[in-house]
Amino acid sequence: MSRRTLRKLINVLALTLSGLATAIGLFFLGAILWTLVHKGLAGLSPRLFTAMTPPPGGSGGLLNAIYGSAVMTAIGILIGGPIGMLAGTYLAEYGRTARISAVIRFVNDVLLSAPSIIIGLFVYEVLVVPMGHFSALAGAVALAIIAMPVTVRTTEDMLNLVPQGMKDASTAMGAYHWRTIMSVIYPAARSGIVTGLLLAVARISGETAPLLFTALNDQFWSGNLAAPMANLPVVIFQFALSPYPNWQQLAWSGALIITASILLLSIAARFVVSSLNPGGRR
Amino acid sequence: MNTVSAIDPRHAAQQRLRERVFQAATLIAALLVLLLLGGVACALLIGAWPAFAHFKLSFLTREIWNPVTEQFGALAPVYGTLVTSFLALLLAIPLSFGIAIFLTELAPVWLKRPVGVAIELLAAVPSIIYGIWGLFVLSPVLQRHVQPWLIEVLGPLPGIGRLFQGPPFGIGVLTASFVLAIMVIPFISAVMRDVFETVPDVLKESAYGLGATTWEVIWQVVVPYARTGMIGGIMLGLGRALGETMAVTFVIGNAHRISSSLLAPGTTISASIANEFTEAVGDLYTSSLIALGALLFLITFSVIAAARFMLLRLERKALSSV
Repeated sequence: MSRRTLRKLINVLALTLSGLATAIGLFFLGAILWTLVHKGLAGLSPRLFTAMTPPPGGSGGLLNAIYGSAVMTAIGILIGGPIGMLAGTYLAEYGRTARISAVIRFVNDVLLSAPSIIIGLFVYEVLVVPMGHFSALAGAVALAIIAMPVTVRTTEDMLNLVPQGMKDASTAMGAYHWRTIMSVIYPAARSGIVTGLLLAVARISGETAPLLFTALNDQFWSGNLAAPMANLPVVIFQFALSPYPNWQQLAWSGALIITASILLLSIAARFVVSSLNPGGRR
Repeated sequence: MNTVSAIDPRHAAQQRLRERVFQAATLIAALLVLLLLGGVACALLIGAWPAFAHFKLSFLTREIWNPVTEQFGALAPVYGTLVTSFLALLLAIPLSFGIAIFLTELAPVWLKRPVGVAIELLAAVPSIIYGIWGLFVLSPVLQRHVQPWLIEVLGPLPGIGRLFQGPPFGIGVLTASFVLAIMVIPFISAVMRDVFETVPDVLKESAYGLGATTWEVIWQVVVPYARTGMIGGIMLGLGRALGETMAVTFVIGNAHRISSSLLAPGTTISASIANEFTEAVGDLYTSSLIALGALLFLITFSVIAAARFMLLRLERKALSSV
């Protein structure tokens, strides 16, 4: 075999393997989604959205868990989102070149990939212990802490994409910096910031570990933020590991609901970006 | 001069005040990020203090974990965390490398985006979904088809045979590593793809011009150029694998012991905390679990910080070469 054939052979082999790797990756995505649809659809019925979580063996739905998840995710993003946006604004505008900004960016990146169970422990120490009991509020704060670094990062990136000329034009009209930010920069970066918020919601709505010992769980309807509250991820965790078939079925249906909404959110976020900045960033 | 007198001094003062308030608000929000990381570190240390003070260094070196006699040692969970993450990377790195190559060098343009998005969606799936999928779908398959084969074929071998002993439980260290690998593939391949895209086309075209094959361009031009970024991406994946909770908790078996066999159940730091924290009675038990959390924080913090530092250096390099 000539050296040339050998090189070609190695080339074909390596490229085939890389195609194979991609196929394996896609296979697992397909396998997970197939399992979810297959097992989740079996229990999908209107009762799922109208009834409370049942005792073992009884029939019921996931209403209180869906409500609790929605409430905690909403409060989480309402706390974490604005703080993250303000911090991102500081990094992109006021403190762009400040030395402390480099430190903040670095720390934010670390927080971005910090294990979420650590955040749960932190909130347990800071909120649950002083309050004396688990609460929906503590769960929401834990989610806010996870949402914040995501928003900081996307806001800064998006504000940096706004052309300098637009900012200069506003400044030249005599506008103060805050006026420029509010009336020129934020509107120009709106789609990017919205995308960041959507991704943050997608990220926190499936988080389980930080809720385990902050919001805990509740078998019944609870609108009280100072008390434990049911939420989808923890219900899925407890029901999936239980020996009761009706609980396991609910866990699969809950898993389908949560994954479908998160994937839809992530895809929607992509469309917001590509429809408003054609040819822009991914 | 008319324009100057047209400015209402009260209006100007109001504008200045708002400017100051807004600027202060953004600064405070930014400082909150720093405060948060400091707060997390302090809270963990304070919470872990009773355990560290009681067990001293033996907390790190003992395998025992007995809530009844209140004897706690972190060795088994720390070992489990490191071993599962290491095995997960061993499986995930070649696959992620292949995916990144496929996406940057091989895929036709029409295929690039859909496949890229599909791999990224794999990253958006919540970890608890990986957990139940691993428990109900993957582990029965491994138990019935893969593990008996491993025990039969690799078990009798000297050396590595010790890793494949015992009955096929289905759940255990190997299964956990497998699920973790599937979880970190999208993270590592996304970073690798991004750093491969920073390689200047001129470099690749020069190599092609000299008659190199696609693989030779990748191995001898793209990889050396992108090495720092690739390592950064791998370490980011490692950080994720080390701290991952739900996916592991379902399939690791939660057994506080160190077993030489990869098929045996084990535990990781995050799985121990998730499984036991709400049921822990007694201050020493709770404190020991928080101490585990502090160890995890220390390990992941160093890994993530090193990864970010490497990617940061690469970013500067890319900026200066433009």
